[in-house]
Amino acid sequence: MEMKKILALTLALCLVLGLAACGAKEDKPAEPAAPAEPATEPATEPATEPTEPAADSEPQPAPDAEGEPAPAPAEGPIKVGVINNDPNESGYRTANDKAMRDTFTAENGYEATFYNNNDAAQQIATAQQMIQDEVDFLLLSPGSTTGWDTVLQDAQAAGTRVILFDRMLEADESLYAAAVVSNMPEEGETAVQWLADQGLEEYNIIHIQGHMGSDAQLGRTGALDEKVNAEDNWNYVTQQTADWDEATARTITQSVIDSGKPFNVIYAENNGMARGAVAALDAAGITHGVDGDVIVMGFDSDKWAFEEVLAGRWNYMGLCNPLQAETVDTIIKDLMAGKEPAEKIIYTPEQGFDAATLTQADVDMYGT
Amino acid sequence: MSEQIRKPEDSLWKRLTRQQLFIPVAALLLLVVFNLVADPSFFSVSIKENSLGNPVLSGNIISVLDNASELVILAIGMTLVTASSGGQDISVGATMAIAGSVILRMVCGGEVTADTLHMPILLAVLVGIVVSMCFGAFNGALVAYFKIQPMVATLIMFTAGRSIAAWINNNQLPIMNDISFKYAGTFLPGIPVPTPIFITILMIVIFWLILKFTNLGLYTQSVGINANSSRLNGLNPQMIKLLTYVILGVCVAVAGFMRVSRSGSINYSRIAENIEMDAILAVALGGNDLSGGKFNIYGSILGAYVIQFLTTTLYKYDVPSTALPAYKAVVVILLVVLSAPVVRERMSRIKKAPVKTEKEVA
Repeated sequence: MEMKKILALTLALCLVLGLAACGAKEDKPAEPAAPAEPATEPATEPATEPTEPAADSEPQPAPDAEGEPAPAPAEGPIKVGVINNDPNESGYRTANDKAMRDTFTAENGYEATFYNNNDAAQQIATAQQMIQDEVDFLLLSPGSTTGWDTVLQDAQAAGTRVILFDRMLEADESLYAAAVVSNMPEEGETAVQWLADQGLEEYNIIHIQGHMGSDAQLGRTGALDEKVNAEDNWNYVTQQTADWDEATARTITQSVIDSGKPFNVIYAENNGMARGAVAALDAAGITHGVDGDVIVMGFDSDKWAFEEVLAGRWNYMGLCNPLQAETVDTIIKDLMAGKEPAEKIIYTPEQGFDAATLTQADVDMYGT
Repeated sequence: MSEQIRKPEDSLWKRLTRQQLFIPVAALLLLVVFNLVADPSFFSVSIKENSLGNPVLSGNIISVLDNASELVILAIGMTLVTASSGGQDISVGATMAIAGSVILRMVCGGEVTADTLHMPILLAVLVGIVVSMCFGAFNGALVAYFKIQPMVATLIMFTAGRSIAAWINNNQLPIMNDISFKYAGTFLPGIPVPTPIFITILMIVIFWLILKFTNLGLYTQSVGINANSSRLNGLNPQMIKLLTYVILGVCVAVAGFMRVSRSGSINYSRIAENIEMDAILAVALGGNDLSGGKFNIYGSILGAYVIQFLTTTLYKYDVPSTALPAYKAVVVILLVVLSAPVVRERMSRIKKAPVKTEKEVA
């Protein structure tokens, strides 16, 4: 009996220690990254800074009218809580997270707390904590689309304005101040339209999908599925998920090459997977890109992928703009000035880039 | 007449099922036969010219051997860890990310996109191996000296590893464009066989030599069977457990290097995701007892090839992506149940009984 008790206690202790260790380590990458970043941005930042404190102190009564209960810190920084997904998830997310951290800095007039986790339950717990800490704005990229009603209502009751970025959630529009999000279905449609414009006689497509059920996968798959079902000369050679993983994408492409089935399009739902597929093509000596046998299509905004397109090794990249931070910044300052955004949902400008028309200027502007 | 034929068959069956390698070899044969019947072109190998103008071998079999490389190397280390500590290291995927990240950091010299090597590859790999050994030692120390269940002990690195990997490169995704960095993951110029196959063979030979000419195998087994009595016989069980985890660290670093070398880049949260589960599965398929003791690394190696063979076969027959894990699971359940020591024991007993009665009759 005694032994059992001791054992149970030890195990419980281990569990607690283990959890504590995990919790502490998870936040770790965030901290060392932050100090390294401001160095890259300050050139542009000071320009916007002077306008901000003025806007901050003048229109104080306006936010009051909306039920903002924190009129006191007129001169102080704007308190924001940023809840984002795991920055290591993809190049897109890395850029997205970095932009948020570069924008919401002390120099820029913010006092920001950051939290990264893909797990919506953890995000919700942290959001509630941030609301209790009386942040002025809660910036949210939800890990799942549902389950946020209570948090949003709590935020409203506490006078915290919520701004969604990057991802949507299912809730009444009145519960958040604005949403700056990517339009995934449109990205898919733009890409499929571009592909149709290439006027191939036959489309034999290797379709490499992202993580099944994610916003990006659904949007980018939807348009292509529709087209393949509608047209007789559009066929899938294979349609597999690589779960955003480059190595899996390479294996899938390799197995198609090994099977000897003819194909002329690779539609990969992000750039990493497109690169994996291209590695398999290169290994088999199959030409790709502008003058090649196979059309290569990728998505997101990585600079290296832009360069692949620019060099003509890839044909198309659907831009998914990860840089919502600036837009969010503008919205916050407008709100502080008492100006509600004209539209609740703002889609980040997305567009497709063709190897034939892409310029170095585009790469510098949109590449991350 | 029929009895005469059955007799040698029975004894052959008995001898076969007693062999530890029976299940992985049978599974491999089954897959080979299935593919031969369904589509013999599965085995065709052709020489193609890759984009650099080198002649390279291409075909499903080459793909299987090539893509199984990381898994085979991990399975070797995992077998030793399993044998000595009676548990598995579930952090190998995450520590592969760390090793890959360290190696890329070294060769890229901290740049996000590097076109030239900032450090000789071999040196960078050595640094990667040392770092990976340290993490192995950390896991091993928790298991050996603090007596924490291996799965719980390695859960720490499993959770934290990918974040550490990201932190090593300041949360950036470095890209190495120098072609020589990709030799280890693709092809050496002028050699048509993928380099990972050579590296895998090299690792297998190294471990064959170690197990043949040192007492590592014997000590590992005896610690796994009974740590106390090995201590009484003058062994240091803690040290040997620690050692196996450090050895696994070396395997992890080699596999991690191979993986980042394939593309010259890394994605911290996706690289080698879930590979720990496949590595453990390879050990189980090899007929090794997951609670430690006797082991056979060749069984695990075969197990790893079976897993990759299965994956490639499923891809070839265009099993829908959403259904793929389910198909894999069915085959895996069958194989694991069949290779479980209890089932193997019972199988040979079932066949033992008729042999006895026949002898009595005779």
